[in-house]
Amino acid sequence: MENRVTFKGWLLPLLLVLPQILISAIFFFYPAGQAIWQSLFIPDPFGLSSQFVGLGNFEFLFSDQYYRTSFLTTAIFSTLVTLTSMVPALFLAVIADRLIKGAGVYRTLLIWPYAVAPAIAGVLWLFMFNTRVGVVSWYLGQLGYDWNHVLNEAEAMGLVVVASAWGRISYNFLFFYAALQAVPRSVIEAAAIDGAHFWRRFFTIVLPLLSPTTFFLLVVNVVYAFFETFGVIHTITSGGPQQTTTILVYKVFSDGFVGQDLGSSAAQSVILLVVVGALTIIQFKFIEKRVHY
Amino acid sequence: MAHKSKIEATGMVEKRGQSLWLTHALMILGILIVFFPIWLAFVASTVTQSEIASPPMPLLPGGYFFENYKRALFSGINVPVSTMLANSLIMAIGIAVGKIAISLLSAFAIVYFRFPGRKTFFWMIFITLMLPVEVRIVPTYEVIAGFGLLNSYSGLIFPLIASATATFLFRQFFMTIPDELAEAARVDGARPMQFFLDIVLPMSRTNIAALFVILFIYGWNQYLWPLLITTDPEMNTIVMGIKQMFPSGDDTADWPVIMATSILAMIPPVIIVVSMQKLFIRGLVDSEK
Repeated sequence: MENRVTFKGWLLPLLLVLPQILISAIFFFYPAGQAIWQSLFIPDPFGLSSQFVGLGNFEFLFSDQYYRTSFLTTAIFSTLVTLTSMVPALFLAVIADRLIKGAGVYRTLLIWPYAVAPAIAGVLWLFMFNTRVGVVSWYLGQLGYDWNHVLNEAEAMGLVVVASAWGRISYNFLFFYAALQAVPRSVIEAAAIDGAHFWRRFFTIVLPLLSPTTFFLLVVNVVYAFFETFGVIHTITSGGPQQTTTILVYKVFSDGFVGQDLGSSAAQSVILLVVVGALTIIQFKFIEKRVHY
Repeated sequence: MAHKSKIEATGMVEKRGQSLWLTHALMILGILIVFFPIWLAFVASTVTQSEIASPPMPLLPGGYFFENYKRALFSGINVPVSTMLANSLIMAIGIAVGKIAISLLSAFAIVYFRFPGRKTFFWMIFITLMLPVEVRIVPTYEVIAGFGLLNSYSGLIFPLIASATATFLFRQFFMTIPDELAEAARVDGARPMQFFLDIVLPMSRTNIAALFVILFIYGWNQYLWPLLITTDPEMNTIVMGIKQMFPSGDDTADWPVIMATSILAMIPPVIIVVSMQKLFIRGLVDSEK
C-alpha cells in the first residue's frame, strides 16, 4: 500500500492537513492535555491558585464512596442497556429474515427510533411514565402497581435503561438483519433436510455464525451506554434518586459544572479516557480479527 | 443474488400459511411496541392540556394539531421552536459539511503525498478517534469561553468536528482508487488539486453522501455540548431546548407544546434516515468499520 503513485511537493500537503491540525490542536489536544494537567492539582476555594497534589485527586476519587458506586452504576446500566437493546433486536431480525414480502416496509418503520435523539427519547419515556399524567403509570396504577421513578431507585434505573435501549434496537436490528441475510442458505437447507427444526437450526447454526456481529454490537453498545446516554439521564432523572442513576459521564458533568470541583472532574475525565482507550483497543483488535474471519 | 436464493430456499425451509401469518403478526406486534412512544407523543401534541392532565389521556389524535404546533413554532415556552429548529439545522449542517471538508483534504494529502511529519500527523488523528467530547468537556468549555465563543455557532460546531473518523473513512476509500488514474493524471501534467477536483471528488460522491447522513444526525442529536455553551435561549438547539421547557418546581408542564416540540425535533433526522435508507445503512456500516 505504501508504493502508491504520489504527487511531488510538501507545501501543498501541509496546507491540506492544516485545517484539521489546527482544529484538532485547539479543540482536542489542548483540552485533553488540560484535563490531564488539571487532574494533578486542587484549585483553592477562590479559584485564584491551585496546589499540586500529584495523584491525590485519583486517590481521593477511588476512596470516595460515591465515585465507586458510580462505577458500579455504570456497569449495571451499560449491561442492562446492551441486553435490552440487543435481545429484542435479534428477535425482530430473525422474524424479518423469515419474511420476503414486507421486510422492506418493516425495516423502514423500525429504523425510526434510531433517528430520535437520546434526549428526546428521554422526554417520550418520561411522558409515558410521568407520575401525574403518564399513560403507562396510570394503567399500572389501575393494576394496583404504584409507579414512582422519582422516589424508587429500581424504577428510575429501569426507566433510563429502557429509554436508552429503545433507539438502539433499530441500530442493532439493522446489523443483525444484514448478518442474517448473509448466512448461506445452503447450510440452513442442509440442516432442514436433516430434520433440524427452526429453533435448533437457530441455536446450532445461525447464532454461532452471527458471533462476529454480536461481539461487535456488544462493544459498540457498551460504548454507547457509557458515553451517549447523558441526554436520557439528564432529562429523566438528573442522576437521582440519591445518585442511583449517576453514571460516570453524568458525574463528570455534575461535579465539574454543577459542583465546580474542577480537579476531581478532570481526574474523572482522565479515568474515562483510559476506559475509552481500552474499549477502542478491544474494538480494533476485534475488527482485525473480523477481516480474517 | 441473495434475494433470489432466498426465494428458492423458502419452499424447503420456511413454512407457508399459518406460520407465515404468525410471523407477520409477531413482526407487527414488535413494531407497534417500538412505535408506541412516538405515537403517544404525536397524540399528546394534538390534544389539550386538560385532556392530558386528567389521565388516562386519549390514545387517538384530537383536533388541536394546528393550534398546538402553531403555538410551539411561533411562541414556544422560552423561545419560539422555529428559532431552535433553525439553530439545530445550522449546527447539524455545519458539523457535517465542516467535518467532511477538512477530512477530504487531509485524507487526500495523506494518501497522495509523502511529506515531512506525515506519520506524526497520522498518529495524531488516530488518537482523536478515541475521545468523545463528553470526556473532555470542562477544558473544552474553557477553550470556547476563552475565545468568547459561548452562545455562537462556531462554538457549537468546531469542537464537534475535531475527530478523525471521517478522515479515516476517506483514507480507506482513496486507497481503493486505482493507481492508474493518478498515474495518468500525472503523465498528463495535471496538478494535484485538478486531480482531486476532477477525479477523486466525483468518485467519492456516494461516500460523502453516506457520511453526510450520519454526521447530520450526530450533529442534530447533540445534547450535552449545546446545553453547556448556549446559555442564551435564542441559541438553544431543539434537542437540548426541550428539557428547558419543563417548569422548575411543582408547576405543571405544558405537555401539548412540549410533545409537539419533540415531534418537530425528530422530523428532520427521521426524514433523512428514511428517505436515504440505503445511504444511511451504508454510512453506518462504513463508519463502524
